Amino acid sequence: MNRDRLRRLISSAFVGACALAVLLALVPLAMVLFFVVRQGIGSLNLAFFTSMPRPVGEAGGGMANAIVGTLMLTGIASLMAVPVGVMSGIYMSEYAGTWLAIALRFAADTLNGVPSIVIGVFAYGIAVLPFKQFSALAGGFALGIMMIPIIARTTEELLLLVPNALREGALALGATRARAVFTVIVPAALPGIITGIVLALARIAGETAPLLFTSFNNRFFSRALTQPISSLTVQIYTYAISPYDDWHRQAWAGALVLVGFVLTCSLLARIATARIRRLRG
Amino acid sequence: MTHQVSSPTRFTTGLSVRDGRDPALNQAPKAVKIDVEHLSFFYGVKRALEDISLQIQANLVTAFIGPSGCGKSTFLRTLNRMNDIIPGARIEGHVRIDGLDAYASGVDVVKLRRKVGMVFQKSNPFPKTIFENVAYGLRINGLAASKSELAGRVEESLKQAALWGEVKDRLHESALAMSGGQQQRLCIARALAIRPDIILMDEPASALDPIATQRIEELVYDLKQAYTIVIVTHNMQQAARISDHTAFFWLGRLVEYDRTDKIFTNPSEKLTEDYVTGRFG
Ligand SMILES: Nc1ncnc2c1ncn2[C@@H]1O[C@H](COP(=O)(O)OP(=O)(O)OP(=O)(O)O)[C@@H](O)[C@H]1O
Ligand SMILES: [Mg+2]
Repeated sequence: MNRDRLRRLISSAFVGACALAVLLALVPLAMVLFFVVRQGIGSLNLAFFTSMPRPVGEAGGGMANAIVGTLMLTGIASLMAVPVGVMSGIYMSEYAGTWLAIALRFAADTLNGVPSIVIGVFAYGIAVLPFKQFSALAGGFALGIMMIPIIARTTEELLLLVPNALREGALALGATRARAVFTVIVPAALPGIITGIVLALARIAGETAPLLFTSFNNRFFSRALTQPISSLTVQIYTYAISPYDDWHRQAWAGALVLVGFVLTCSLLARIATARIRRLRG
Repeated sequence: MTHQVSSPTRFTTGLSVRDGRDPALNQAPKAVKIDVEHLSFFYGVKRALEDISLQIQANLVTAFIGPSGCGKSTFLRTLNRMNDIIPGARIEGHVRIDGLDAYASGVDVVKLRRKVGMVFQKSNPFPKTIFENVAYGLRINGLAASKSELAGRVEESLKQAALWGEVKDRLHESALAMSGGQQQRLCIARALAIRPDIILMDEPASALDPIATQRIEELVYDLKQAYTIVIVTHNMQQAARISDHTAFFWLGRLVEYDRTDKIFTNPSEKLTEDYVTGRFG
């Protein structure tokens, strides 16, 4: 009887500790969201999305150029990183154990750990200096470099989870190895790969350091790939360190938009994943 | 314990024409479809098959029996080179399919597997729709000229595998939502769809209820008009019912290979008799 009570006590204490840990993990997230929403929501209106930054002293204005800039930069980064990352992921899982795959995995892990400011300096040296020009391309390039290892490693790990029996099934029906990979193995892992890509996108959308030396900033509306371009993060940074209250408010609103972008990405990934799963199992 | 492993010549004489259940056996000897000579197989240093020689004749059903782990699946998988993809695996000896060495250099493995179809021991449906599972082999091999031909062959294969009635209204739902037995029949349909010459079946009825099992057995009986069938089974009654010839494996060796009625009524080896009468295994 006593032992039973002790057992139940220990059990509930453990469950309680786990619940507490979950709470502790969620508190910072909730607080970040709460503060960003509270500070940003007041300055967030339609004009914020549609109008350009105003000069100091003039109230109002928005971040239309920065929002478009961030979309373009992440777009360029994805165009570069998705094919390269997914292909290297496929290589690493298909040829696991070969020296090239091992080297690739090591390189990806190392690159993943390189501070983003260093990536920025590297991109500056390779994509800015030779052209004597800050540009959207250089910014997208820097972000793309950060995305590649994340996508490559996620893809690799997800492909390795696909049961070998599926590969055998395809080969036994007369598929070549490449055919089996692209028609059975990759599709089987696709929902996970898409989630990985979107999470990588969300991750780099919040980067500032690599953009400071590459896409720089632009007070004007620009869609030119070879011109400097504004981005939400750099704009938030510029506004946040300025001495003006109005700019601080704008920075909070920008932060809110950025958080909204990241959340939307995750949500879209979930929906896409669920839809693909429902379609094929 | 010592026992005599029958020599390859004995097998051939054992299989000479006499009266039997199947009228096919009373006709002139059929062509040799699969000719295996001194085959040994190694997983790394572990020898899984030892000096196996036997001839499998066209348009007959040949059953492989033997205790778990004796090498039936391994042997079956050497016949369509499915073991090629196992790292560290090695093979010695010869496998000839229609007189052509399956392991000669320059053999097109894809063509070989198209000709020697396989149903795996563990069912392995692709995470695609039911329709796409059956259509897979047809698509990758370009075997259907039109959409209607594709649909026709999918239907035909599902009917052959005794599955059509259960799935005709849900062809475009995920195959993974099917029951285990349905998945097993789906894999049979998938293998039949590309109309191979030889069908290797590794315990195709292990997850089926008696009615579905009977349908599969009837299917096997029908199929042997056009195909050569090799079937692994743990069910002695099933082997006795559906096969013309039976090979008994034990510890990686071929102990006895003869007409099925002889194996089950008057085997030459003591070991075979002990096994088929259920004294071990
Ligand atoms: N991939 C593998 N790597 C190493 N050893 C293996 C592998 N597959 C099978 N073996 C070994 O080879 C031997 C034969 O296995 P196999 O699967 O051919 O047996 P089986 O007769 O089909 O058995 P069961 O009736 O249980 O399916 C077993 O001892 C098994 O442990
Ligand atoms: Mg087996």
